[in-house]
Amino acid sequence: MATYSTNEFRAGLKIMIDADPCAIIENEFVKPGKGQAFSRVKIRNLNTGRVIERTYKSGESVEAADIIEMEVQYLYTDGEFWHFMVEDTYEQYQADKKAVSEAMKWLKDQDICTMTLWNDSPLSIVPPNFVELAITETDPGLKGDTSGGGGKPATLETGAVVRVPLFVQIGEIIKVDTRSSEYVSRVKH
Amino acid sequence: MTDVLWQPSCELKQLRQRGQMLALIRQFFADKNVLEVETPLLCHSTGTEPQLDFFSSIYDCPPNKKILFLQTSPEFAMKRLLAAGSGSIYQICKAFRNNEQGRFHNPEFTLLEWYRLEFSLDQLMDEVALLIKILLIPIFPLIRINKISYASVFFQKTALNALEYNSKAYKDYALKHDIPEAIHLCSEDHDLWLDFIFSHKIQPSLINDQIYLIYGYPASQASLARINSNDAKVADRFEVFINGIELGNGFFELADSIEQRQRFEAEIEVRKLNNRPLVEKDCRFLAALNAGLPDCCGVAIGLDRLLMLLTSSVTIDEILAFPIDRA
Repeated sequence: MATYSTNEFRAGLKIMIDADPCAIIENEFVKPGKGQAFSRVKIRNLNTGRVIERTYKSGESVEAADIIEMEVQYLYTDGEFWHFMVEDTYEQYQADKKAVSEAMKWLKDQDICTMTLWNDSPLSIVPPNFVELAITETDPGLKGDTSGGGGKPATLETGAVVRVPLFVQIGEIIKVDTRSSEYVSRVKH
Repeated sequence: MTDVLWQPSCELKQLRQRGQMLALIRQFFADKNVLEVETPLLCHSTGTEPQLDFFSSIYDCPPNKKILFLQTSPEFAMKRLLAAGSGSIYQICKAFRNNEQGRFHNPEFTLLEWYRLEFSLDQLMDEVALLIKILLIPIFPLIRINKISYASVFFQKTALNALEYNSKAYKDYALKHDIPEAIHLCSEDHDLWLDFIFSHKIQPSLINDQIYLIYGYPASQASLARINSNDAKVADRFEVFINGIELGNGFFELADSIEQRQRFEAEIEVRKLNNRPLVEKDCRFLAALNAGLPDCCGVAIGLDRLLMLLTSSVTIDEILAFPIDRA
């Protein structure tokens, strides 16, 4: 079992806390001049996303979380699982709904995503920062309106709904920032 | 290939601030006729405090070799001077503590330590506040002083009695205040509970540009202070905090060589239990106490942290020329 000493704590390190994998966000060395030294860490629980604080005795060892991040290509979903492949090795992984979570609404086959594996099974999926998707449904805009002011909802081929300028029409492909769910531009192919 | 770490980590203006601060301190003590002294950084012995890790070094003088320690504080040597009749003295020097690095810690740091003959602890607290006021005027012109006992501040912030351990009350507090890990970490160790709760819950609340002088530490944390003559539960020890930062520690100095020897032995036992590197009692210091330490109060102030306050710095690296990773 790999462990880390509190002296190795730094932002980004993955450790096990209460049987959940967690990522350290911040580590502070706390020591009263005449007293016990502590490590006070702020951590994100990678299972629940919750951020908490936790204190360790300085020098204590904590179990490392077996967390790997890798780039994978999205293949397809069978409704229950979402399937991904490592391009170099053709190794495939299936992620459940909980792991795919919010990424679900952006996934289009062949997109390259970042997958977090815990003990070799998918824990979370992060979609590409930008995706290009076709509009399947939106109100017809007013002719000649190119201002982009106002905007309207548009449903994309993956089911995601984003606000787009009035002039954007059904069938067009748009570029969306998945971190903010915001329309970026139209894509001309 | 040039090493990018050749440059100082602080801005040059912080060097000037430090220079000014040191000049003001020397002026302060010159005006009061307190003598500036120097004592060795390399010593034949070191402190036994269970929570301190030291640096040791080899004095290589063929055919002899001997271990010397970098001081964790100039306390023993300065008390030897006091016992030899020096009168009130101060020193600005480096101290070294192994394995201490963080936002407020660098393993090598600068201490201002001074001893006042015939001062009460209260008088020394006033002098500490006065000096800090003078040094911090440029940034905190209206700084106020808040003297409060350890037990009072502890009770105010937590409703717990710091001087009497109540397992259930302490554990309930931990559960209610988001530090459940304290229950396992501190177990039934009262001093560990006090360290945990004070550093996590009380110290961060000692803010609002006030000089907090916290006196009457629990007797179990007396360190080198006398036990209070009216109340055996507390020690004649105080600490200084400003805006959540621990700045210094002062004592009505223990002068009884027998009690001092017992405290050393007790600390050595704790070090053994915790598998810490073993140290020996400083016999020259004990001999000095035996010869007679005049009644005095002493205090050590961390000058790097004072400079952090003076320059509104967030980390100690911002005010050090070459912190440990660049040293």
